[in-house]
Amino acid sequence: MNLIILGISSILIQNVILSQFLGICSYIGVSKKSQSAIGMGLAVIFVILTSSLLTFTIDKFILYPNDLIYMRTIVYILVISGVVQFVEMFIKKAAPLIYKMLGIYLPLITTNCAVLGVALTVVAPENKNWGYPEVIVYSLGISIGYTLIIYVFSTMRERLENSDIPEAFKGTPIAFITTGIMAIAFMGFAGLLG
Amino acid sequence: MTKKQNLLKGIFQENPVFVLILGMCPVLGVTTSLLNALGMGAAFTVVLILSNILISLIRKLIPNDIRIPAYIVVIATLVTIVDMVMNAFTFSLYEELGIFIPLIVVNCVVLGRAEAYASKNGVVDSAIDALGMGLGYTIAIAIVASIREILGSGELLGFNIIPFNLFEPATIFILAPGAFITLGFLLALINVIVAKRNKKTVENK
Repeated sequence: MNLIILGISSILIQNVILSQFLGICSYIGVSKKSQSAIGMGLAVIFVILTSSLLTFTIDKFILYPNDLIYMRTIVYILVISGVVQFVEMFIKKAAPLIYKMLGIYLPLITTNCAVLGVALTVVAPENKNWGYPEVIVYSLGISIGYTLIIYVFSTMRERLENSDIPEAFKGTPIAFITTGIMAIAFMGFAGLLG
Repeated sequence: MTKKQNLLKGIFQENPVFVLILGMCPVLGVTTSLLNALGMGAAFTVVLILSNILISLIRKLIPNDIRIPAYIVVIATLVTIVDMVMNAFTFSLYEELGIFIPLIVVNCVVLGRAEAYASKNGVVDSAIDALGMGLGYTIAIAIVASIREILGSGELLGFNIIPFNLFEPATIFILAPGAFITLGFLLALINVIVAKRNKKTVENK
């Protein structure tokens, strides 16, 4: 039951973009077309899940027993860029069609702060009693939340293209204001779990 | 380009936040109060200056093919040092900034300056470039934070600054949506200023 609550709260309430402000660069950059938003979302789900499981394992069996937790940032960023590289090679061989669709988004994920953010959150002091089930649910929830928001926003942005916006607000400013209004709507979910 | 122009370009023409729109996560995440923003700006500037100096020093030793991983390792090491120093000396600020300190590693501005400037220029020029960019970043997040703190809590650096309770603070500005809305309006303002200046230079010609 706790796992279900954690899942729902990581998708809707602690949404990675609207309330934690992680992954904003890719959110603004890739949300111009809904097709590419979905591609980026799928790649992010895959990378967040794989890399947070890997970093969690490394933390549990290597860094923590040897008192090396101050090395987290360095180790994690190397693991993440390794995972991204590996995922890219794997998809290229196994599913060339998906590779063609994701193509340029894959290398970009290394510098997506949502990935490092999730990897650091699952080992944060306040979550120290988390095991593998919680880590899997949380990383899936966060990345699904990311995909949901970036897709919803890309459909709005396609409509914004055709609407009459004051010259100064065109492009990024109106994108941020729209996101703000969406964030107000999502604040309502905070009452969902009482 | 003189040294002064090199310093000023990071603050005005190439401001990383308002003009280049890079490294936006902390701009939204830590700007709930001016104090947090200044702390974040200081940590960010220190990392940026040290990484530009180090990368400029070793730029001829790094093989071209693996330069990006090498830069990331240098930056991650510096961030770890700053993280530990802040944990030891400014603990309450460290708690407030939380995850955004280690996330300086993936801030596009730091890697961007390493790749675009420090890998091609001398040590002194790279340090000046980093100082300008760091100041530009700090000023930008301080502006966003001041607006949010004044409108959201009616205070600045913890002092009540609204005379005679002229307006009731709107809490939404220190919550998440306020960050997006403030930044949207600021970017629109920058667009207006840039458009006016461009028009003026065209008329002068």
